[in-house]
Amino acid sequence: MFYDVYVHSGRLYRYARPASDGPSAPGVAPYTDGHGRDGWWSGGYEAPVSPRKIAIMTSLLASGEALARLRGLPGVDQVGLEQRAAGLATRSIKTTAKAWAIDTAIGMVDLTTLEGADTPGKVRSLCVKAMRPDPSDPGCPKVAAVCVYPAMVPTAAAELAGSGVNLASVATGFPSGQVPLEVKVADTQAAVAAGANEIDMVINRGAFLSGRWGVVFDEIVAVKQACGAAHLKVILETGELATYDNVRAASWLAMYAGADFIKTSTGKVSPAATLPVTLLMLQAVADFRAETGRQVGVKPAGGIRTTKDAMRYLVTVNEVAGPDWLTARWFRFGASSLLNDLLMQRQKLATGRYSGPDYVTVD
Amino acid sequence: MFEYAPAPESRAIVDIKPSYGLFVNGEFVDPKEGGAFKSVNPATEETLAEIAEASQADVDAAVAAARTAYQKVWGPMPGSERAKYLYRIARIIAERSRELAVLESIDNGKPIKETRDVDLPLVSAHFFYHAGWADKLDHAGFGPQPRPVGVAGQVIPWNFPLLMLAWKVAPALACGNTVVLKPAETTPLTALAFAEICREADLPPGVVNIVTGAGDTGAAVVSHPGVDKVAFTGSTAVGRLIAKSVAGTGKRLTLELGGKAANIVFADAAIDQAVEGVVNGIFFNQGHVCCAGSRLLVQESVAEEVLDRLKRRMSTLRLGDPLDKNTDIGAINSAEQLTRIRELTEVGSAEGAEPWSPQCPLPDTGYWFAPTIFTGVQQAHRIAREEIFGPVLSVLTFRTPEEAIEKANNTPYGLSAGVWTEKGSRMLWAADRLKAGVVWANTFNKFDATSPFGGLKESGYGREGGRQGLEAYLDV
Repeated sequence: MFYDVYVHSGRLYRYARPASDGPSAPGVAPYTDGHGRDGWWSGGYEAPVSPRKIAIMTSLLASGEALARLRGLPGVDQVGLEQRAAGLATRSIKTTAKAWAIDTAIGMVDLTTLEGADTPGKVRSLCVKAMRPDPSDPGCPKVAAVCVYPAMVPTAAAELAGSGVNLASVATGFPSGQVPLEVKVADTQAAVAAGANEIDMVINRGAFLSGRWGVVFDEIVAVKQACGAAHLKVILETGELATYDNVRAASWLAMYAGADFIKTSTGKVSPAATLPVTLLMLQAVADFRAETGRQVGVKPAGGIRTTKDAMRYLVTVNEVAGPDWLTARWFRFGASSLLNDLLMQRQKLATGRYSGPDYVTVD
Repeated sequence: MFEYAPAPESRAIVDIKPSYGLFVNGEFVDPKEGGAFKSVNPATEETLAEIAEASQADVDAAVAAARTAYQKVWGPMPGSERAKYLYRIARIIAERSRELAVLESIDNGKPIKETRDVDLPLVSAHFFYHAGWADKLDHAGFGPQPRPVGVAGQVIPWNFPLLMLAWKVAPALACGNTVVLKPAETTPLTALAFAEICREADLPPGVVNIVTGAGDTGAAVVSHPGVDKVAFTGSTAVGRLIAKSVAGTGKRLTLELGGKAANIVFADAAIDQAVEGVVNGIFFNQGHVCCAGSRLLVQESVAEEVLDRLKRRMSTLRLGDPLDKNTDIGAINSAEQLTRIRELTEVGSAEGAEPWSPQCPLPDTGYWFAPTIFTGVQQAHRIAREEIFGPVLSVLTFRTPEEAIEKANNTPYGLSAGVWTEKGSRMLWAADRLKAGVVWANTFNKFDATSPFGGLKESGYGREGGRQGLEAYLDV
């Protein structure tokens, strides 16, 4: 028997974990980058945070030191940030650079379906597409992951087994996160048990906006524990945080609490991902690595629909966080319709003409 | 690695003739004495065209044409009619903006992304804005029915060739004056393209005359007895000479001269955006900007962090072919300017300041200078006092807000300043105390036709743009 540990309001709790619960459920391969490279994951991820470390981090926060650090972050000037994003959006990516960027972007897609109307059939069709996005071209890269609701994880796990495509599940009462912490932890554990090796959690925006940052921190720590070896993406829902200062603070808070990725949005709130918000988060992960030595990934999600958009994001990754972030290990696109536009542009580059929407698959 | 493939803007859109005459009385004419000089592409050193050099006789003819047009046509014309011509010119510029942007990049060396996104939009905006004033001058605050001044002699620099033309020509014409304009000898091509646009717009002959040439031609324009008003943008040294030559003649004069602007970063600034603003302040247009933020004054407590970030950001700047859409830093405008930049940076090193540049391969042909910062600069260093007019930043530190203001104002210039702080009260406090014509708050190098621009102290006098800019061209 072993235990999960989580923290709530500065206090440690222990949960007995069911025997079937484990970091890798039967049938789901360890992480791969979707390009057949082995071992890229090993050593990249930290071991789950030890209870002692949690206690230290939490006590730091409770003592006000870590909170003070967050409150002491430099402000963000909205005009300047948006101007920089607009400047990066004018980069012109052509020919060989475009071909490289399209393939890279395809390999970074978290192909997503998060609808009340999702069915096993729909999820299976999405999984097949994820493994072979362009049936006419076996050279087309696989996407990074499929992202579904917890109830759809068993279906997706069966479909993706051995494919090298990762399986992400949203959890923690997605999209609002307005459920008790016990439910968030159970939600996460269930998704991991069913075979998800990536968890996309939402932060407690209610707590964040009311200034109870310690609660947000503790919840992330608890969910991170529940993830085991699964890889935790923390959704900030930047559209609800409203200010860039909040986005910066929430980014640092999530990273201090153990996030493997910080993610912009659920896709259920407008605005979802924007280039300035993503730029700011890329600055945060670069600064965080400079300060702590730990690298954290970034995932913009929602509203990225065209190849042109994707190019702008990749340029921003390249020039703000740096080339170290230009792999699926450190950058993802949370998207659904983006993939088909990337595929059409890819065919256009290969053949010199536009094929049209009937030459890419609907899902 | 994400290598951006070359993305050059096509040159095919511009048609550069092998040679150009002078634009006098609505026609391109050969110079009376036959002199000529070459305009060179500073990125390749290729000769672009032969340009006529105007002598005293040519300037006489141009001033005479301007005088006749002023008396017979343009001066008496109702403002509402003048406005139509200005609107037409503004529209043609906007429609031909891609062509003009490419031409400006080729002749000047500045990156296409700047000519496309900054210069040309501002040029047409300046004509649109002043077209709107032409029939509303009674309401500009200079009394009823303000009269034009007459013939304006205008001499402009090479750093924003077409934009400086717009700053000079648009208000002059809107107020009912006619002009004789001399563009800089290294960048005459867009002014000559503008002459074609005047013809395309059916502007009456003589309203705009363009005489190309070097310093002697400029001297002939400003000292011409038939000129009623002189407007000059350029160096403080030449500005002094012009002020002397104009003294006692009754001519009106506005001067927009050099600068050594301070960009003040307080510890409570939005650091990332401040760094962006510092980069934009000094590396925009290769630092060939009279209001460039060439002195960074950073509070000691954040100096290290700001410098680290500045260096990281500078490492992403892309220097090279000005026509490539991804180029951030283009060519230095001329061999002469490159020599001056080199001389002053050598002085900076010799005086004990520490230069730093990112890894930045320079092309083999053309005139190039890597973006450079000097740390450890003291107020007494020449690179803290003299205008370098290149991509070279002098970094100084300060301890208290009072010290920042004192150092910022400790210069003979007074054109612009920048302040970076998230604290509103400190911003207002600083802006009140800075002796500069423009103070940018949490931004830098922002220009707008509606906003007056000009200097204090040895940065010149008079304002260009906005309602205040009209005064220089009205007899008030």
